Amino acid sequence: MIYPNSKTILEVRNLCASVSGTPILKNMNFTVKSGEVHAIMGPNGSGKSTFSKVLAGHTDYEITSGTVLFEGKNLLELAPEERARAGVFLAFQYPIEIPGVGNSQFLRLTYNTVQTHRGKEELDPLEFDDFVREKMKLLEMNPDFLDRSVNAGFSGGEKKRNEILQMALLEPSLAILDETDSGLDIDALRIVSNGVNQLANKDNAIVLVTHYQRLLNYIVPDFVHVMEAGRIIKSGGKELALELETRGYDWVSEEYKAATRVAA
Amino acid sequence: MSTATTQAASAYLQGLLAGQPRPAAARQAWLNQLRSSAVETVSELTIPTTRDEEWRFTDISLLTKISLQPAHAAINLASADIQRFCIEEADTRLVFVDGIYAPKLSTVAANGIVVGNLASALAKNADVLKQHLGQHASTKDNVFAALNTAFLHDAALILLPRNVAVSAPIHLLFIATQKEVVSYPRTLVLADNGCAVTVIEDYVSMQDEAYFTNAVTEFVLADNAHVNHIRVQREGAKAFHIANCSAILSRASNYQSVSVAMGARISRYNLSVKMAEGAECSADGLALISARQLADTHTCIDHAQAHGTSRQLHKCIVGGAAHAVFNGKIMVRHGAQKTDSQQSNRTLLLTEKAHVDTKPQLEIFADDVKCTHGATIGQLDSEEVFYLQSRGLSETVARNMLTYAFGAEIIERIPVTSLKRSLEQTVLEQTSTQL
Repeated sequence: MIYPNSKTILEVRNLCASVSGTPILKNMNFTVKSGEVHAIMGPNGSGKSTFSKVLAGHTDYEITSGTVLFEGKNLLELAPEERARAGVFLAFQYPIEIPGVGNSQFLRLTYNTVQTHRGKEELDPLEFDDFVREKMKLLEMNPDFLDRSVNAGFSGGEKKRNEILQMALLEPSLAILDETDSGLDIDALRIVSNGVNQLANKDNAIVLVTHYQRLLNYIVPDFVHVMEAGRIIKSGGKELALELETRGYDWVSEEYKAATRVAA
Repeated sequence: MSTATTQAASAYLQGLLAGQPRPAAARQAWLNQLRSSAVETVSELTIPTTRDEEWRFTDISLLTKISLQPAHAAINLASADIQRFCIEEADTRLVFVDGIYAPKLSTVAANGIVVGNLASALAKNADVLKQHLGQHASTKDNVFAALNTAFLHDAALILLPRNVAVSAPIHLLFIATQKEVVSYPRTLVLADNGCAVTVIEDYVSMQDEAYFTNAVTEFVLADNAHVNHIRVQREGAKAFHIANCSAILSRASNYQSVSVAMGARISRYNLSVKMAEGAECSADGLALISARQLADTHTCIDHAQAHGTSRQLHKCIVGGAAHAVFNGKIMVRHGAQKTDSQQSNRTLLLTEKAHVDTKPQLEIFADDVKCTHGATIGQLDSEEVFYLQSRGLSETVARNMLTYAFGAEIIERIPVTSLKRSLEQTVLEQTSTQL
């Protein structure tokens, strides 16, 4: 939701990034204020996933120019774990499986690590158990998930719920959800969206990276952006998503080309 | 190796044979015969070198450079000294200190089976022992098995009568306390028709100097017997550990083994499983090594008859400048139709200098079988490390956690909870210090 006088959480200016020498992001500009929900859409290969990984600090991507300020601090000089502790969260499109490490042990370790770095109290195993079970209700998750290995043998929907559970525990001020809707059936999509909606508040912001409009029926964005060739070529309100759904992406591309020709 | 060094190695063997107090002649002529023929075998063999195909990757010349003394009388240990090695689920524990049976440290639950040391059980069970002892672990071309047999004076024995299921695991604890000593642990497990047992074969050390453990273990499973064999090699950092294990599986019997190697400067484990019709086996392993350790596992699973099933997952976590070797042979004999076999070897190399040699070998002489095998070698997946970092964990913690998880997949297969927990803890500590 758009609030008056909200503070800027993320400010991306002329960001260029490449992987193995190939430029992927080309002059990306993007601003997010607290309370807002943004959707970044665009065809495959437009750079959406790269952008989310760059924000989370993936080392495969080289930042060639531009700046990223997160709550006024230079995000690009932080290691991935420092970004997480500062309040950046990325829900993965393909969460990894860690057979051999119990989910509850993993969740508690991440929670306590982040808490410690934020100068807050850690929870002991019993306290944490109560705490996490409460959060799991948000996502209608069976407590059995705590006893299983991290994501091992989880269905697609279960993995995504486990991602949002981590978001609920780590309380990020900026949550980036990368294709969280992919592979979800309609029930799982409703549950996951419902969880995200309950976590959204006036102090945090959510960036949905998605290929399809259907997620946006459940999590209603304040802004919709279209990415192409490593930059945002059009921004609008939630109605833009519906237009993209019926008309596809080509017209946006044409419009952008025409505009840049005029500018030149 | 030059001729001169070959001679030196032979002289070394002669020294080992001569320098040791030979076991007193037994009243059983067959046992004396078994030993003396092993002595003869030893004198025909030499210490293997890397020119021997079976030892290509494992250079044990260091072993011939230490002088090994005979094992003196056992050091007097109190129960409190060995408390940390005890496994709470096991109500029967046989303890051998530097190869010598320690009755005071051992406890035997009365559960209708014969369990104890050879010296005390020999007279009563002479017939069955004569039939099996030393009959399954081949000494042919195997100088270490032959040496063990040459010095066979005591052994851990587990004899299970028909249809007896022992629920509590039996713990065989071999403790090394003295430096520059050679010990010859020996184990025989006879599982009669339809019985079930879990045996933990555990090698530990109370000191960090060089010594040599040369072990031989024989399992004989009669029809429908079910044996869990857990082997933990946590010898001292400068130890040499060479072990030969043979498991003979009769019709529809089931042998499940998990072997963990984390100790010793140089270790070598040969496991040979011979399977009759419809037998099942799993032979899983984990080598967790660092510094300049070398851990070599050679296995041979022999599907001698039809309808057998075998599963093998062997993992290595190699840090420092350590060196892991895995040679896994699956043999499917002529007529062993409907064999179902899967083998996989996965290695994690933690450093630039860590090194593995892996050699899966499939030899199939039947035409209606299902056999798969494969090997992977790699570093930690950077996507996985990134995932954990994106949750606030430092790169070091992330790497440790993934390394731990890699090993935990094997440890989890150990069906004894307290041992599993303590090994998980050890893996956690090992993987946290290596990086």
